Amino acid sequence: MKKRVVITGLGVVAPNGVGVPEFLEAIRKGTSGITFQPKLEALGFSCQVGGVPIISEDKKREYFTELQLRNFNSNGILYGVMAGMEALADAGISAAKNDEQALWDLGIVFGVATSGVEKFRESIYKLDDKKVRRLGSTAVVQTMASGVSAYLSGMIGAGNSVTTNSAACATGTEAILMGYDRIVSGKATQMLCGSTGEDGPYIWGGFDAMKVITYKHNDEPTKASRPLSATASGFVPGSGAGAMMLESLESAEKRGATIYAEVLGGSVNSGGQRNDGSMTAPNSQAVKRCISEALAEAKIQGSDVDYINGHLTATVKDPLEIENWCEALGRRGTNFPFINSLKAMTGHCLAGSGSVEAVSTILQMRHSFVFPNVNCEDLHPEITKLIDTECIPLSCIKADINIAVKASFGFGDVNACVIFKKN
Amino acid sequence: MTSEEIFTQLSPIITLYLPEDVTKDQIELQSDLTAQLNINSAHLVDIVLDVEDAFDIEFANEDMEKMRTVADAIQIIQKKLESK
Repeated sequence: MKKRVVITGLGVVAPNGVGVPEFLEAIRKGTSGITFQPKLEALGFSCQVGGVPIISEDKKREYFTELQLRNFNSNGILYGVMAGMEALADAGISAAKNDEQALWDLGIVFGVATSGVEKFRESIYKLDDKKVRRLGSTAVVQTMASGVSAYLSGMIGAGNSVTTNSAACATGTEAILMGYDRIVSGKATQMLCGSTGEDGPYIWGGFDAMKVITYKHNDEPTKASRPLSATASGFVPGSGAGAMMLESLESAEKRGATIYAEVLGGSVNSGGQRNDGSMTAPNSQAVKRCISEALAEAKIQGSDVDYINGHLTATVKDPLEIENWCEALGRRGTNFPFINSLKAMTGHCLAGSGSVEAVSTILQMRHSFVFPNVNCEDLHPEITKLIDTECIPLSCIKADINIAVKASFGFGDVNACVIFKKN
Repeated sequence: MTSEEIFTQLSPIITLYLPEDVTKDQIELQSDLTAQLNINSAHLVDIVLDVEDAFDIEFANEDMEKMRTVADAIQIIQKKLESK
């Protein structure tokens, strides 16, 4: 029989909250983590705001040794390790001791878009200065894509599959489904799934050049990210990491672990950059197929969905996303489920977004609330034509969420959709 | 610079790279850096870079190959300092 998969641990490092308790409070209140970024101003960026988690030097030392922090310059690995280790501890699982065997049944899927871009930049300067030997031993492990999984694995002693996936902004949601598949197939018992997104000008520059990030709110950072709004003018770049411990129901019950929710299933696909799909735009047919296939795998109907954690980045594509949800679920108007977008508070955490937003989804189910949609008092008229304004709470509301859907869509025309059920 | 003086300057550099279960008191002249002090071999290149900065010298690839023990390191450093 197919194994059932549950979530037993959560971890998060987000621009508006580091660690689950702080993040939970922030999303309830609608607290923004978006701030003015002087570095972007100095470099002449059009967009000078961003979402960056605030982490003290002391906090870093709770997770890393002095030696690990020596010549360390990869904030993606920093966020990923902190979120991953928080999820492990939250699940009540201990790392293997140095002289013990590896945890053969525990694996890691931790996704990224890039790793250690700042470290890479530093290395390139040394290389071009003919000082290749000055790179030492730290350049490779911080700039390899799987760096974050490798750091986590070393700290935990993971002995099952340890890997990194990459599917642009769908990375985090895809990671959850990859871990889910491995447990369903009986190849692992526990999978630490997550993703991390780096910050800084060298990551965000390309998006600034593409004019997909907003330049209109440099003087009012907390108002800059406006998903679902008529005045949405591009996304705000963000960063951070989310993580969850997935585990077979059998194992979780045996350990007496706290079960936050069940992963009922999901789907990952691509629009092949055909029809209205392209490198940067989604093929709507593929988006709808992805959602329908996720419902089918979870053995639920569109009418069962209580809440959607949208991708909703605050670009011109938000109305199209809503239309796709309406068609895939067969629901519209007052019959549409609750929907919100975390990106209004955090910005778009890119590769980190799917997992940070999935953590916010589980927290809302667990604590029976829907966090407020901020910065969309002026809802887009194309959106209000499709769904009732009641479905888009502007302040925090109490709500019992039994079934939640999280979807992410990424460059390359890739999609991922996962379905959670409250325990 | 005497070998004692070099040891005094070298010891804190090595200490930084010791694993948690090895203490700085265990650093002796004849200690093998990887086999006895349990330093991750990948970190030998970092120790060399720190030594180069501290003593303002530069190691050749051949010097690095010869550096097995604390005493080897001191000998290489001493030679480099003399030929400066």
